[in-house]
Amino acid sequence: MGLVSVTEAEVRHVAALARLGLDAEQIPTIAAELNGILAHMESLSKVNTATLSAVTGVGTAGTPLRVDGGNQIPLARPREAFAPAMRDGFLIVPRLATHEDPESP
Amino acid sequence: MTVPGPSAAELARQHAAGTAPATRSVEQAFARAAEVNTGPSGLNAILWDDREAALGAAAKVADLARQGNQPGPLAGVPVVVKDNIATLTMPTTCGSRILEGYVSPFEATVVTRLRTAGAIIIGKTNMDEFAMGSSTENSAYGPTRNPLDPTRVPGGSSGGSAACVAAGIVRVALGSETGGSVRQPAAFCGIVGVKPTYGRVSRYGLVAFASSLDQVGVFGRSVEDAAIGLGAIAGRDRYDSTSADAAVDDYAATVSETLKGVVIGRPREYFPDSLDARIRERCDAAFDAFRQLGATVRDVSLPHTDLAIPTYYIIAPAEASSNLARFDGVRYGVRAKAATLREMYADTRSHGFGPEVTRRILLGTYVLSAGYYDAYYKKAQEVRALIADDFQKVFDTGVDVLVTPTAPTTAFPIGAKSDPYEMYLSDIFTATANLAGIPALSLPIGRVDGLPVGGQIMAPHFAEAALFRAAFALELALGEAAHR
Repeated sequence: MGLVSVTEAEVRHVAALARLGLDAEQIPTIAAELNGILAHMESLSKVNTATLSAVTGVGTAGTPLRVDGGNQIPLARPREAFAPAMRDGFLIVPRLATHEDPESP
Repeated sequence: MTVPGPSAAELARQHAAGTAPATRSVEQAFARAAEVNTGPSGLNAILWDDREAALGAAAKVADLARQGNQPGPLAGVPVVVKDNIATLTMPTTCGSRILEGYVSPFEATVVTRLRTAGAIIIGKTNMDEFAMGSSTENSAYGPTRNPLDPTRVPGGSSGGSAACVAAGIVRVALGSETGGSVRQPAAFCGIVGVKPTYGRVSRYGLVAFASSLDQVGVFGRSVEDAAIGLGAIAGRDRYDSTSADAAVDDYAATVSETLKGVVIGRPREYFPDSLDARIRERCDAAFDAFRQLGATVRDVSLPHTDLAIPTYYIIAPAEASSNLARFDGVRYGVRAKAATLREMYADTRSHGFGPEVTRRILLGTYVLSAGYYDAYYKKAQEVRALIADDFQKVFDTGVDVLVTPTAPTTAFPIGAKSDPYEMYLSDIFTATANLAGIPALSLPIGRVDGLPVGGQIMAPHFAEAALFRAAFALELALGEAAHR
């Protein structure tokens, strides 16, 4: 794999993506722990997986990725336009099915 | 530790016949819990209980029996359930502060099925937070202690359930498995633990950790207890689209005194030179017992075994980072006070999650992030396919089951492992079955320095009956030697 080690800036970036608030003094420790763990993952890079076919579900086409970042995609229409019902800014949806419900036909 | 009491099957028979009231069995379970002290100052194994509801349910079983109705294969049998399985009258906190006080509005299918089988849910058990750990030290409610030696861990993450069975409070308990969280604590506590095939048991109401690996598992005091417990919860559920529509065998009926014609594989990668010689001896004695039962023992190879831990600790945290995104202070549990929505998310999550969960969310987010996805997550998925293929190739050669040690050590002292990766290596012999999706079972095969050693049996997909057949025969052959 030969990846660069996890920097403190990357820990802050990843924490922001994961919506975790970390204290400044935690960050060097977490960076060191992640580097310690990821060092053990290097063994995977030596494994030849070229012969695996797409049937394994990990084909060469890859997975479409969105950009890392927090900006939300603006809605084309207001939520009220497609929500079944709204109250106090929340969407009202039907309750979950439960075991007390009759079996569906 | 002496453990009194009849088997789950015998208890159910007594309750159904009316020779012993189910309420008495429930009272006895609570009395035993008090005697061994399952509270925070003792084993710290039970987080929540509901005596009133349990006694009410037991009285209903007694009524059914009096009216001549069949109250089910677990009639009046007290059971405990891991705290990440949704119940209606007790909290479901996953051992985490972030879900403190959360009571599910719906019930897990496995709980409904246990109740339908007549079982009485008496409590919810301690666990590593969100099932992330191998020792039950990561609970927000403090560590669980091993009933056989309270200075040691019970294993994890389902340590509370294992401790309750080992302490003689219940004969059957539910846990959950992602990388060995039922089998490893079963091994550390000297009891039986079974992880079924991926898809065998509904996960509706099991709080998700790593969805491509998670399964509900069952602990039993004996192989029969575990077989009856699994039989009660297995099978297709319309609320879980990943549950399989495969026939469920009568596992308790697979009892066999002979294994004539059965081929047992001994994968050499599970017996490295570094393996504790005393654990190896216990395994050798189990192989001797299998030969005497008429089975053939064959050396086999699962060449990608050493890649299981790196693979598992990429896939599981990656899936966890996604699954645990839902705990944001809006939908469940506690909510931190903050000036803005984003600050509220961050404050809720950083105060609600413990250190190991935080570490795994960061690790998972990192391996999924742009630039690292192919090198880590995609690669791990590919290696996972190779690990699964190893098992398939061996089973294709006519091997019926594989036998290995369950864990590389016996129960270690509380606080002994501070390095995260060292703790992860506790799962070295168990994570492979989760990655491949196959069923596996741990049963006691002897002791080292008074501490239990577990033997693991693994079988092809949906061949739980083969697991139980081998386990029944070995349990019978080893007898008391399994516990000394």
